[in-house]
This record gives sequence, C-alpha cells and structure tokens, in this order.
Amino acid sequence: MDLIAFKMLVGNKAKYYGLIFGVMFSTFLMAQQVSLFLGLMVRTCSTIGLVQEASIWVMDPSVRYFDEIKPLPDIDLYRVRGVEGVKWAVPFYKGTAVLKSGSVFQLVTVFGLDDTSLIGLPSQMVLGQAESIRAPNSLIMDEGGWKYIWPTDPFEINRSVEMNDHFVRIVGICDIPPSYASLPQVYTRYSEAVKLTPQGAHTLSYVLVDHEPGTDPAVVAQRIREKAGLLALTSNAFEWRTIWYFIEKTGIPINFGITVLLGFIVGAAIVGQTFYIFILENLMQFAALKAIGVSKGQILKMVLIQGALVGSMGYGLGMGLTALFFLVTKDLVALKGFTLYAPVMVGVGVCVGLIILGASFFSIRRVLVLDPAEVFRGP
Amino acid sequence: MTVALETSHIDQDFLSGDGSILHVLRDINLKIHSGRITMIVGPSGCGKTTLLSILSGILTPTRGSVCIFGKDISHLTDGEKVTFRRQNVGFMFQSYNLIQTLSAAENVAIPLLANGIAYNQALKEAYALLDQLGLEGKGGKFPLKLSGGEQQRVAIARALVHHPKILVCDEPTAALDAAAGQTIMGILTKAALDKDRVVIVVTHDNRIFHFAHTIVTMSDGRILSTEAMQKEP
Repeated sequence: MDLIAFKMLVGNKAKYYGLIFGVMFSTFLMAQQVSLFLGLMVRTCSTIGLVQEASIWVMDPSVRYFDEIKPLPDIDLYRVRGVEGVKWAVPFYKGTAVLKSGSVFQLVTVFGLDDTSLIGLPSQMVLGQAESIRAPNSLIMDEGGWKYIWPTDPFEINRSVEMNDHFVRIVGICDIPPSYASLPQVYTRYSEAVKLTPQGAHTLSYVLVDHEPGTDPAVVAQRIREKAGLLALTSNAFEWRTIWYFIEKTGIPINFGITVLLGFIVGAAIVGQTFYIFILENLMQFAALKAIGVSKGQILKMVLIQGALVGSMGYGLGMGLTALFFLVTKDLVALKGFTLYAPVMVGVGVCVGLIILGASFFSIRRVLVLDPAEVFRGP
Repeated sequence: MTVALETSHIDQDFLSGDGSILHVLRDINLKIHSGRITMIVGPSGCGKTTLLSILSGILTPTRGSVCIFGKDISHLTDGEKVTFRRQNVGFMFQSYNLIQTLSAAENVAIPLLANGIAYNQALKEAYALLDQLGLEGKGGKFPLKLSGGEQQRVAIARALVHHPKILVCDEPTAALDAAAGQTIMGILTKAALDKDRVVIVVTHDNRIFHFAHTIVTMSDGRILSTEAMQKEP
C-alpha cells in the first residue's frame, strides 16, 4: 500500500507541487531568518572571538556588552597583573573616530593593541603585513571596511587618511568578520589609537589576560573580580554576556522571531489546507478502501507516507534554496559571515516535521471517523 | 445448492437528528445460496443499502445475527470486521470509486496489496484479470481515460481479484446505459458466479432482473417476498 500512497499523491500534480512549495517556502523562510539572526548575534561578539591569545577579558563592572565601553584608569592594568594565576595582562582599546580622505567622511571603529605584544592582531591578511602597524602613524583596515568606503578602488597599501587631525597610512588590509555595527574597523597600536580618537579622562577599554598553565581561567577570572574589583569574564562568558544583552534588551529577536513564526504559520497553513483538500477530494475513495478492508492503521500509514514524502522534498528544496542564498550573498559586504548553521537545519527539520504531522493528523481525522458504509450512499 | 449466508431476525435502528429512533430494518430473515445471483430490490429508502452494509460486514445489526459460511459475523469487533471484509468480501460500488491517480491495474490490485501481496505480484494478477474481462492493454490507463463500462469492468476486477466468498454489488448498472448495463451484468455473471461464492446485487434496474436467480423484494425495512427465478445457475 506504500507505493499506492505515493502514486495517489504524485498523481495529483497540482496538489503535489503545491504541498512541496508550501514546505519549501516555510523551510526557506525559517532557515534563512534564523541563520541571519544567529549571524547577527555572532557579529555582536566577533571581536572577542578574534582575540584568541586572551582567555579572560577584564572591564568595568557596569559593562553589559562588548560595544558598551566604560574606560578604566591605567592603574587597573597593573592591579590585574598582580593577581595570582595571571600569566600576562595587556591593554586593549576600542573607540570610534571619523576617517577623512578626500570627500570621504566615515565613522570607523578603532582597535588599539598592546604596543609590544600586539595581542589581538588579526591573523588573516588580504594585503600587506599585520606587523606593519609597528611603524608610526600606521593602521590596518578590514576588507569590508575598505570596500564600504572605497567600493570601486582596488586594495592598496600606504593610502593616507586623516583621523582626529592626524595623518595615518593604511599599511594592510585584513580579513575579519564584520562587526554588529557594520562600521569599517581599523587596528593600530594602543599608543596610536588614543591619539586617533577623542579621549576622556581614561583610555583603557579592556584588559586582556591569559591564565597561567594549570589554572582554570574561570577561577582566575573570579580571583580578578575579588582582588581588583573589576568585571572579569572568560572569552566565552563575555561572548554570551554580549549575545544575551542583545537578546534581552533589543527588539531583534522579536522581529526575527515574528518572521520565523510567520514562516511556520504560513507553511503550516498552506500544507494543512492543501493536504486537507487533497484528503477531502479523495474521501469517497478512502471510504471505498475502508470498505474493501484497508485498516485504519494502513490508511494512517498511507497518509503519513504522503506527508513524509512532501515534507522531505520540500525541506530539501528549502534548505537548498537557503544554502544557495548564502552562497550567492557570501561576497556582499553587508552579508559577509552569514551562513547556514547545522543546528538551524536540525531545528527547521523538527519544525517541518511538526507541520507535516499536524497537517496529516488534521486531515486524517476525517478519514478515520469516516463510516465505510458512506461508500454506498452514491455520488 | 448451499445456504451460504443466513440472517436471523435482523433489526437495524438509527438515531435520527431529532433524537427519535428510526427502525430502518425489521426482522430480516434471509437465506442466500452460493453459486447464485441474489438481487435485493425495492424503492429508495426501503433499507436495501443498510442490509447490504450488514451482509458485507460493514455494519453491525442492532439485533439479530448474520452467519456467513457458518461464521457468525454479527459480533465481530471492528478490527475483526475489517479483516473479514479484506479476506472474504468483494465490493462493486455505484460510482465505481476508482482512485483516479492510479492506473486501472493498480486499482484492481488494491485488495491484494491490502492482504499483503507484493506490489509486482499483485499487479501481475490484476493485469491477468483485466485481460479476462476484455480490457487487454488497458491496465496501464487511468480511470478517466476509460469509458463508464470499462471503469465498471475495472471495478468488477477489483471486486474479484482476491477471490472473495461474497461479492456485493451496489447498483452496478446505475451509471450505465441499457446496453452497457446488460454487457456488464453478462460479464459479472460469467466472472463472478462460483459454487462457493455468494453474489448479492442491490438494484433499482428492472432491466437486469433476468440475471437473478433469486429476487428479494423489500419495502419499508421489511422483506416482502423472496422469489426464486425459473432458471438454473
């Protein structure tokens, strides 16, 4: 009977394609939107992940997420260095400045790295050498930032730009994930960065720390909190603190959630309605099958096979479409770094499964309660 | 001649929409022989279809019993009735009820598939039976590509493919013109009559009465007469 179920379904091409389209559309909408949301959340903390040398980030206790800076006095760097279990501690600066070049007038994010160690220096370079920022008045810019500011210009090094009344040269182009704010990002030494940006009383954004071998970074972070009175988090904990801030304090999850919910509802509505109509149109045939002696279990299995077929086809096509979307847009600056995550594929698969199961059981009710004697009642 | 199907004091009541009880069948006592065609006739609403539903194991009578080849089916559970029908009953419906998205042969194969026969084997048997019924080369066609008479022949094949002990036919000629109706009844008689099979036909069509060996006339839920026709099977 399994093959009969398959043929009953594919024989009605309009309904068959309609069902597949419904599942495909729903899959695409859910997978694409959830992936974009996750990509955006990853962007909020992308810089934290880039600084792989540091296991602990130290900051003012009032900082809620990465972009929210409350500078520390320089003395805090030394207080952190004095905590047991700290292997090294270096300053890390984050600020914004206006970059001027000809008619260009662009706000950029400035990262200042420890002058000696250059901890946090991007490892992937598109052009030039990252270490070139050791030279005075030099910085490296991210690839997306360059394309954003000078979309038609090929990459070049030694281009001179003005920032905060200082002239600096771009000595390299690096490949890093875009930030949440989507501003161009430049890296320079700490001592240069504080000259390139307007300053308040303090300049130290973060203290980057690595723990001694054999110690637990979480324990060292706890010790820093106790001894220095500062907020110290492992890299992973700081990433999650940042992500949770955006989840809890912004409307982003709600907006994406509504779209995902709509994808689910529209998919469920299309599939449910089309499947229901398909069953209704075949009600007399199902009554005949019941009269002939096809059991309820067999009919239920037939409908579930039809649902599984439609679900898997639509899911596969929807996922393919989503993957194609990210493949086509991977080189766009605005969408760089967004990708289809495996857990999203699993989650959307579960949602599609629920849609199919719901639509199948919603439709099959009519058949299961159908009196086979109905078949004698004529057309 | 063997009494293959016997009913004893069958009553069937239904609850109507206003809560009152409708007595659709009353005290039905019937003996039906195998190897013969028994037609149940009567005006609309007299209870023919309800009786057919009981005789084919679809409906359980409110009172009374039905014995088919010595087995009382009136007390079977729903699941047992499904199995009973699947193994023992062949159905022909007024409007054929063929599945339009399946080929003629696949429609015919359904009772075999429901009984667990493999698809290829079931299809082979279906094609062979269609050939016997004059539908050579048409097993692969979809029902909508066949004439009404051809569709009814497909329905006959579907009803007989699993060699049922009972064949129930509900108005088999209602959707056909006179000539096609005669042809179909001729085919049905030839293909279905078997000394070990009960054939019951419910019909309004007096043009096919001459195919019957026994005519049971009903009115108002009761059997008015049972008339043996002067012919030999």
